[in-house]
Amino acid sequence: MQRIGVFVCHCGTNIAGTVDVAAVSEALKNEPGVVYSTNYQYMCSQAGQDIIKNAIAEHGLTGIVVCSCSPRMHEATFRKTAAAAGLNSYMVEIANIREQCSWVHKDMKTGTEKAIILGKAAVAKVNLNAPLTPGESPVTKRALVIGGGIAGIQTALDIADAGFPVDIVETKPTIGGKMAQLDKTFPTLDCAACILTPKMVDVAQNDKIRIFSYSEVTDVKGFVGNFDVTIKRRARYVKEDVCTGCGACTEKCPQKKIPNEFNLGMDNRRAIYIPFAQAVPKVATIDLDHCNMLKNGKCGVCAKVCAAGAIDYNAKDEYIEEKYGAIVAATGFNPISMDKFDEFAYSQSKDVITSLEFERLTNAAGPTGGKLLRPSDGEHPRTIVFVQCVGSRCDSCAQKGKEYCSKICCMYTAKHAMLTRDKYPDTDVYVFYIDVRTPGKNFDEFYRRAVEEYGVHYIKGMVGKVSPEGGKLMVQASDLIDNKQLRIEADLVVLAAAIEPDRSARPLATMLTASMDTNDFFTEAHPKLRPVESPTAGVFLSGTCQGPKDIPETVAQAGAAASKVIGLLAKDKLMGNPCVAHSDENMCNGCSTCENVCPYGAITYEEKEFRMPDRTTRIRRVARVNEAVCQGCGCCTVACMSGAMNLKGFKNEQILAEVDAICR
Amino acid sequence: MQEITRDTLISRAKELLASGEVDRVYGWKRGEFCYDVTPALFTDAESLEKDFEWGDFCGANLSKYLVEETRKSEGKILVFMKPCDTYSFNQLLTEHRFDREKVYVIGTPCAGMLDPKRIRDHAESFTSVVSDENGVTVSTLFDGDVKLDRSEVMPDRCLNCKSKKHVAYDELFGEDGGTIASGRFDEVEKIEKMTPDERFEFWRGELSRCIRCNACRDVCPACTCEKCVFDNPNSGVENKAAENSFEEQMFHIIRAFHVAGRCTDCGECSRVCPQQIPLHLLNRKFIKDIDGFYGEYQAGAEVGSRAPLVDYTTEDIEPSDAVKGGDENA
Amino acid sequence: MSISKEPYRPLIVAFCCNWCSYAGADLAGNNRLAYPADVKIIRVPCSCRVNPTFILRAFQRGADGVILCGCHPGDCHYTSGNYYTRRRMALLFSMLDYLGIERERTRVEWVSAAEGAKFAATMNDFCETVASLGENKRLEDLRCKK
Repeated sequence: MQRIGVFVCHCGTNIAGTVDVAAVSEALKNEPGVVYSTNYQYMCSQAGQDIIKNAIAEHGLTGIVVCSCSPRMHEATFRKTAAAAGLNSYMVEIANIREQCSWVHKDMKTGTEKAIILGKAAVAKVNLNAPLTPGESPVTKRALVIGGGIAGIQTALDIADAGFPVDIVETKPTIGGKMAQLDKTFPTLDCAACILTPKMVDVAQNDKIRIFSYSEVTDVKGFVGNFDVTIKRRARYVKEDVCTGCGACTEKCPQKKIPNEFNLGMDNRRAIYIPFAQAVPKVATIDLDHCNMLKNGKCGVCAKVCAAGAIDYNAKDEYIEEKYGAIVAATGFNPISMDKFDEFAYSQSKDVITSLEFERLTNAAGPTGGKLLRPSDGEHPRTIVFVQCVGSRCDSCAQKGKEYCSKICCMYTAKHAMLTRDKYPDTDVYVFYIDVRTPGKNFDEFYRRAVEEYGVHYIKGMVGKVSPEGGKLMVQASDLIDNKQLRIEADLVVLAAAIEPDRSARPLATMLTASMDTNDFFTEAHPKLRPVESPTAGVFLSGTCQGPKDIPETVAQAGAAASKVIGLLAKDKLMGNPCVAHSDENMCNGCSTCENVCPYGAITYEEKEFRMPDRTTRIRRVARVNEAVCQGCGCCTVACMSGAMNLKGFKNEQILAEVDAICR
Repeated sequence: MQEITRDTLISRAKELLASGEVDRVYGWKRGEFCYDVTPALFTDAESLEKDFEWGDFCGANLSKYLVEETRKSEGKILVFMKPCDTYSFNQLLTEHRFDREKVYVIGTPCAGMLDPKRIRDHAESFTSVVSDENGVTVSTLFDGDVKLDRSEVMPDRCLNCKSKKHVAYDELFGEDGGTIASGRFDEVEKIEKMTPDERFEFWRGELSRCIRCNACRDVCPACTCEKCVFDNPNSGVENKAAENSFEEQMFHIIRAFHVAGRCTDCGECSRVCPQQIPLHLLNRKFIKDIDGFYGEYQAGAEVGSRAPLVDYTTEDIEPSDAVKGGDENA
Repeated sequence: MSISKEPYRPLIVAFCCNWCSYAGADLAGNNRLAYPADVKIIRVPCSCRVNPTFILRAFQRGADGVILCGCHPGDCHYTSGNYYTRRRMALLFSMLDYLGIERERTRVEWVSAAEGAKFAATMNDFCETVASLGENKRLEDLRCKK
């Protein structure tokens, strides 16, 4: 029989306001196993914890029940308290009488009754608790960063700085991500390339960092501290270690009409190409879909002009397997497709562009050499209309766009408008907005400068329709403040397209068993307190894969993720979760049902010899749980017909005891 | 075509025993009466000649016995199987319950078994039964011979036979058939169409007869657990006798749930129930739901197939939408 | 059964997965979103931990309704646990209905950690539904009655 102590917390008046805490501790005194019951103002305080510790020593307690706030809040605290007093941490159960009782029930009588019942359930459970000891596993001291944008770059640099090796996997031929495509950055207007490319070079030169560009993660096995990752290195048909990046091949390649992804298809590249001048690694890549040599064996120009002899038409995709202790997702974002927004005539006119395309149009390394020219006729646009929130903050019923705010559009649109007016003062600039959101250091000042100093016309209202008419774009919009309809004859329309997580994020999340929200952003372990960790241990989040954010926020989060990774890699051993599945081999049928439902592949089988009562031996197939791999979901316990499979800490018997206590 | 008789099976069994291919034979043994046939193990030619039975009352599904029997020694066991038995056989293989290498399966043809209870409805005090393609002739003590149509005296499971195809065998006697589109869900649909109150009354009427003899569990080829939850004091559902309506319901819900997706619909549970509770209607409800919700699935049709309850799709039906039966008509 | 003048209140057992729904219930608390005290929550690691036995046991011991809350399909902390829950409960609830047991007494609801309001609304609605059915008579064990 257990000797149980019950500790009822007042939580100031948070609990005591609607629950008669004295009555609760009194009522629980009579429960089976309870030898001590008390209440105190703040159980989580030092003094409260001392009450628990003293009671454990004085009354020889074998288990404790704390009736307090949610276990998600202080279960860890009280487990430590118990351990400090020499009691196994897993002999502690929490009755949640705050979040799930005092805060949601107004009446003292019902609140107290319910608190007593919740306490009884916890006592019933603790009666069946057994001491548990977490298993230990070693930590592989290497990190993997998936995505080579500014988020991935910063995370990798910070981890490498702490002395741990890091690998970056990037699907594109170069690292740099979206930031490499930007022109200037808000609110300081410094040039994106000037601050990003030195970091890219740092990555390339850091001997702790390996870059796997043009590569992707295809398989992830294992668990925190011990991930086994398969990386597919796509054949680029150019030997990375031989290519000097001189670019001779990219000038001679006869295939000239391939839309250049880096400039969002606004100009062309060759079949062998280097995405941009500062690419890292600065190595050419042959585009398999467009290369004549690879398609039908007719050409070979690049091999002829390559002085270094780097071209290898016979290259094959390679798969490498590597072990990592921690994985950082930094898969970034993309602007959403404009397919569903035909009212803005994106598909009908070349002069309707997205903001990212506008970035390339104003970038000195862009298709126009930085001159703002209309894509259709190369003329200077005299009237430009910016449309905000295209696909952001949409009604969920509209079946298009996103419900969330993409966060960065207000600021970059202000930047675009300001830069346009600065360079071309003769240009009329209109910005249509729902709200202008400028929380951030120097953000509102920046926006006001656009309006006040640069004379950008900010109009509250949405654009209803854009129609190409005789080389112009007729923009119909409403001005909600003046309450009138507007028709503007524009030369260029720029759409602030919502951003969404990169498409690679969802399959990656499945591989990592990391959870995602309905928008495919990765979910944090805790939205406030653990914002850079995924709920899956050992998986961390960096940048826009977790939610829309601008560059400073991304860099800050990237550093935070790195520090979490460093904290993990600095450990030699990890303590596992002891609440794992366990199979009673005497009852196990060896039927593989549990194996089939286990999301982690934690269950294997072995043929085991059993001695029978009649002294003969029988060989039976029985399940074995790998406790380091099991995450403790308990799916197997229900799949198991015989009930051989049980979950430590949440045993069938314990849950049934809770049910009984509640229904008593 | 050669006619398959008891002697055909015995002579083949003797051959296999003599050659050492197998060292045991699982078959059926006649009891005191012609319909009183039980599964039995034979190890020599003599006992085969004496006791082996094959005929209209050899309904017992022998696949379950292989779990225990294969563990006893290294030798191979010859087992005779009707088409429906082979599904259970495959299901047990899928669940790794015995070693395929230790079994030699002879598939036997089946025209449908006979139900002694139904024969008694037509011919009380019957002594022997002879059947051929023309029908069934029943000899009785007092009424002479009674001629009956086969369909009049077949059990429900055979009237609604789902397959004449053997899905597993080493050797096949007679010609193999195919799967049959039977009306096996008609009864289930009839119950679904009742109002909830009618359904409750119907099942109260049926389940209240349960005497918790465990025959349905003991005979079920899907119930081969090393230790059944109903016998395990730690399981929380152990009980020796169904003392009240709750326990009757709980036993039958859990029994049916444990075999959901694994039940091959062999109908043994209803055959052995001494209280004539139509237990197969619980199993068939699950089978019907599974077919409707997740696509048609026949447990045991293939070795290694993934049972619906250990599988999922991201688009599965929500539990709230799954429960729709009946009320529309209420 | 006791003779009392108090109005009938149902007893509701709610199984909540630790990662989403239990956190959703906590959030309902944080936001002081009231729901009836009839609801008693049992924390389980994942909705897939809930054995049909637990549900039947709750009814046996006098619960009038049992609700199972888990992460939204696709968001399971354990990737796929709630998909299995969905199949198991679809079949179990259909079977209970087939046996003539009121379908409204059982429910599965997906409540995320962010849906405190949904948690409270769900519990309010479920309590009301079960209260309107009255006491659970069809899956009760008279020996367990108070």
